[in-house]
Amino acid sequence: MTMANENKDNPTIEKKGFNAWLNKRLPIDEFVNSQLIGYFAPKNFNFWYFFGALALLVFVIQILSGIFLTMNYKPGELTAFDSVEYIMREIEWGWLIRYMHSTGASFFFIVIYMHMFRALMYGSYRGPRELLWIIGMLLYLGLMAEAFMGYVLPWGNMSYWGAQVIVNLFGTIPVIGGGLVEWIRGDYGIADATLNRFFALHVIAVPFALAFLILLHIVALRQTGSNNPDGIEIKANLNNRGNPLDGIPFHPYYTVKDLFGVGIFLLFFCGVIFFVPTFGGLFLEKPNFEPANPLSTPEHIAPVWYFTPFYAMLRAVPDQQMGALLMTLAIVAFFFLPWLDRSPVKSMRYKGWISRTFLGFFVVSFIALGYFGMMPADGLYVILARIFTTLYFAYFILMPWYTRVEKTKPLPERVSYDA
Amino acid sequence: MSDNLYNSAEEVDNDRRKFLTTATAATGAVGVVFTLTPFIASWKPSERARAMGAPVEIDLSKLEPGQMMTATWRKQPIYIVRRTPELLAGLAKHDAELKDPKSEKSDQPDYTRNAMRAIKPEVLVLIGTCTHLGCLPKQHFEPGEAQLGADWPGGFFCPCHGSRFDLAGRVFNGSPASVNLGIPPHSFASDTKLIIGLDAASTTQGVV
Ligand code: HEM
Ligand code: FES
Repeated sequence: MTMANENKDNPTIEKKGFNAWLNKRLPIDEFVNSQLIGYFAPKNFNFWYFFGALALLVFVIQILSGIFLTMNYKPGELTAFDSVEYIMREIEWGWLIRYMHSTGASFFFIVIYMHMFRALMYGSYRGPRELLWIIGMLLYLGLMAEAFMGYVLPWGNMSYWGAQVIVNLFGTIPVIGGGLVEWIRGDYGIADATLNRFFALHVIAVPFALAFLILLHIVALRQTGSNNPDGIEIKANLNNRGNPLDGIPFHPYYTVKDLFGVGIFLLFFCGVIFFVPTFGGLFLEKPNFEPANPLSTPEHIAPVWYFTPFYAMLRAVPDQQMGALLMTLAIVAFFFLPWLDRSPVKSMRYKGWISRTFLGFFVVSFIALGYFGMMPADGLYVILARIFTTLYFAYFILMPWYTRVEKTKPLPERVSYDA
Repeated sequence: MSDNLYNSAEEVDNDRRKFLTTATAATGAVGVVFTLTPFIASWKPSERARAMGAPVEIDLSKLEPGQMMTATWRKQPIYIVRRTPELLAGLAKHDAELKDPKSEKSDQPDYTRNAMRAIKPEVLVLIGTCTHLGCLPKQHFEPGEAQLGADWPGGFFCPCHGSRFDLAGRVFNGSPASVNLGIPPHSFASDTKLIIGLDAASTTQGVV
């Protein structure tokens, strides 16, 4: 059979009965042996390596709660808002299902931001994992589209005006902008047609694309193997059976570790659902408890927290075209990271103080911009947003320089691990 | 995998095979484009949406000087303001502070491309969606209003990202919006009857 069996030195046990019948027709055991037991992951994973598995978990939670919401939600400008209130008040446990989904959206982004930060810290975007990183970025873009369209569905006043502002961003594209916006909306304004197509995309098209990308993401991960906090390749040191000396079988070691992470995660997740489902207006915004009103803009428009860093950049520029361009670049920049980083080492553990400082500034800027994006666009906030936008971009633009000039620490031969 | 695994090399005309493969692929690609067209076109405003975009008639007889009313045309709020002579006189004073004082970069029918941006100077008709990202600018007609500073000449303020417009919908420097508020095609059927969406140039399909 596969090399997994040879690896583990356990002779293939003779299968009998149903198990034998089944495996002759569907190679379940072979799959488990080669993909889960025979897959070796670095033994020095830490806290930051929980988040990929958790992202998978949240994806499943969103799909399941979403299916049940769809059973009572009615897209349409006259029915949408009422059907959500109906779910909240009259469907048994409807409030729980809705809060799972709305809280799940925010937790998805928390998990993904941690997941991405891990990659920035340990240089996981570097070769040979460039494609893994790019697929990850495509997932991030898909997730943003999914979250944005989902937010429009309850057809509250913030849904309406958020859609207005975001769709109009496409209008800043020269020449085709105006026609493009009309095509996206399917009407002369955000309307029934817009809501219905966003519904179709939100429940079918985008989740399908995400599922496919997740599959590619994991296949690409299997091909290169995981990076680790030391940023050295465990495949460089193999034992006489051809397995990494610093690797341990994914199953049962990491399946058990991930399950533990799931438990802790669910504690937080349920805590929010049961005690603070709106999270003080951060996860569900106040104006969205009023129905959409095309003739009244909320006093203060802000997207949900996970978009506010980019929103702050948009508002920091006194020109809509440049603002939209800057915001786009802030996301596109991530795609180029594998080629911007010129350091001889991958992990922050061995990079010098300049890299650490820039990463620190970057994280602080991201959080600060996230805060300013929620505040009114008043004088001081705009100025601060400009400063932090500059720091944000400095991380990317100066990277080819600072990763080359700084003094790095010598890499260890084997991963550092104490247990 | 090499050809001769399956065919003895002499029998195969590789050029012909290459040509046929390319031609088939190209034909298929054209077919895909044709097939995509209806799906993409289905996203355009439907016949019904277009019909609902017909011109609307507005009675101006109750609009007092210095007041504003809001109508809806093609899902867009339309602001109609009856400007007083004082307000009109104020418009000439701040050209230097405007991004596009002559409305050269902005969107409006030709017959409103004048100093007051109107057919009749006292009646201002604007599309009430901010040219930044589409919120509704709010009316702040009182000059020197506390919130907007002593030199505020009166006009519109967009709460979303702070764009400021004067009483002709022209955008002030320092606003995130970079062009003036749009003006819909319109005409007067009588002194007090305004028609939005219909003018001499257009039939019913306006500019915008
Ligand atoms: C739906 C969203 C996503 C899911 C379900 C997902 C899932 C996973 C899983 C299960 C792993 C292996 C476990 C781990 O390393 O924690 C992983 C690794 C990785 N992911 Fe994701 N991911 C998602 C989004 C992203 C995004 C947005 C990025 C970055 C742009 C990204 C970049 C990476 C990288 C670079 C690795 C390898 C990390 C390493 O080996 O150090 N992923 N992902
Ligand atoms: S939408 Fe009016 S300032 Fe941005």
